[in-house]
Amino acid sequence: MDGTIYSAWLFTAALGLTLIYGVMKIVNVTHGSFYALGAYAGASLTGAWLAAGYPPMLSYVVLLVAAVLVAIVVAPLIERGILRFMYAKDEVVILLITYALFLILEDVIKLIWGVNPYFIAEPYALLGSFEVGGLAYPTYNLILVLLALVSGLGLMWLLHSTRVGKLLVAVIHDPEVSRAMGINVHRYYLATFTFGSLLAALAGAFTAPTVSVVPGLGVEIIVLSFAVVVIGGLGSLPGAALGAVIVGVVRSVSVHYWPAVELFVIYFVMAMVLAFRPRGLFSLAEPRKI
Amino acid sequence: MALLTGGLFLPQWAMFIVTIAFAKALVALGLMILLRAGLISFGQALYYCLGAYAAGALGRFLGIADIFVQMLAGAAAAGIAAFILGFLLAKYRGIFFGLLSLALSMILYGLLVKNETLGSTDGFNILPSTLFGTRPGPAWVRYAVLASAAVVSLGLALVVHRYLRTPLGRLAPAIKDNEIRVEYMGASARYAVHVIYVVAAVLAGVGGALAATTVGHIDPDMAFWTTSGEFIFITILAGTGSVAAPFAGALIYEIIHTTAYDLSPNTWQLSLGAALLIIIVFLPQGLWSLVSKMSTRYARHP
Repeated sequence: MDGTIYSAWLFTAALGLTLIYGVMKIVNVTHGSFYALGAYAGASLTGAWLAAGYPPMLSYVVLLVAAVLVAIVVAPLIERGILRFMYAKDEVVILLITYALFLILEDVIKLIWGVNPYFIAEPYALLGSFEVGGLAYPTYNLILVLLALVSGLGLMWLLHSTRVGKLLVAVIHDPEVSRAMGINVHRYYLATFTFGSLLAALAGAFTAPTVSVVPGLGVEIIVLSFAVVVIGGLGSLPGAALGAVIVGVVRSVSVHYWPAVELFVIYFVMAMVLAFRPRGLFSLAEPRKI
Repeated sequence: MALLTGGLFLPQWAMFIVTIAFAKALVALGLMILLRAGLISFGQALYYCLGAYAAGALGRFLGIADIFVQMLAGAAAAGIAAFILGFLLAKYRGIFFGLLSLALSMILYGLLVKNETLGSTDGFNILPSTLFGTRPGPAWVRYAVLASAAVVSLGLALVVHRYLRTPLGRLAPAIKDNEIRVEYMGASARYAVHVIYVVAAVLAGVGGALAATTVGHIDPDMAFWTTSGEFIFITILAGTGSVAAPFAGALIYEIIHTTAYDLSPNTWQLSLGAALLIIIVFLPQGLWSLVSKMSTRYARHP
């Protein structure tokens, strides 16, 4: 049960990362900042909402709005302002650029929200709890699972059953030919980056009520998402789902039976997968380039 | 030499900065030779941390605090670990090399955080260092560490400088350009990468041991991925032009870091990030490219 909740949370965060890598071939460290931004925006907006005396039941909508705001404002700024000039560069160099952006955003967050922790526990406690096998779980956790399911299935549907999704798949396979066919590749890159960041911000916003929002939030999540995405295979949606489930289950099993190895075991799985299937569990063979 | 005598007149805090810069420069030197082969390791903190803990364990469990023995222990621990892991890592290139090394360093982090005998998240303190069995007085201990750091770094830098001119050393840029041609020439890219990886790890191990004695305290954060990010920052800042570049880079990094932290504790990462961005965009060969450009111009118009 803990494993499911943890997996759902991880999946939402990792989904955006794998989407961005799949389409743009960017290993996006900035993803962690969007997670943190989402958490901060969610915490402060919901705090303001509750303080103003509006109905607390709607605070979930406020969390959603906060995440969307973050993604719409910040993601295009970064993609249009900086990243679009860098697409010609090497994958590893782009990784370093997103790392630089991550450092900058980390401090921007501190400048805006200060270094004190934020707590908003109301949405978490509001729904009460339910019991499974004699153990009480807050109902809020179901929202996290729902969020993961909706975003995962929604993205699948978008990619496979809509015109936009099919065009996006074309862009993934060959940006140049797509451009020749009259697809506005840059618009798709912008949309992908925004949507991927939105997923990170959503994960952040909906985690905010369950933790205290402190600086450095994004540092932890980014390596965890990397682990998830790498286990599943960079750029693969079902891979991210499988990766999240593996990490979630492995972690909760180790927490219950052998807490000493909790952190170790996640990265151990990641290293093992990389050692035997370097491109992840869900991946096709790729020809070696000369 | 200038540094050894000049070091005598430096105030205590500056000695500390310079010594830490030496420690980080050694790690960056290792990253530099990896970068020449086109490999970016996002987990060099693994060996930095291993070196530091090897040095620390020596003092904690055996009571040995000699600075040279500590550095040797750091080098040995990192070297052995890299030799074993190298069999795995030498197969990987590009982003996968980076991610796998990241995973490995996070494994060490995870292990150390949960290990009570090694102090868990708090780490532990390190005995004040001794020099060939003598214990320098409190006023001299900083200088003694600085001087040993300078001597060891200089020695290692010379060795690396020599190494870059051997056939094996010259193979690295070739691997970056075109690995298949390297193999058609009859050289083993995998072997070369393995050697480079071990050399880089040994350098990081020495750097870690040095940082441990300088700071006097070690904790698992030394293996966290942000530490690796710091080293990559220094390497990119410096460029791959010369073995002197990482030392200049590390010193500049420490100065930026200290001043920025001093001026505004909440925005030093912002300044670092902006600096990194500017360098990648405008000086992709690093700061050292300015020096080499200037020297060629000087050679043309003396």
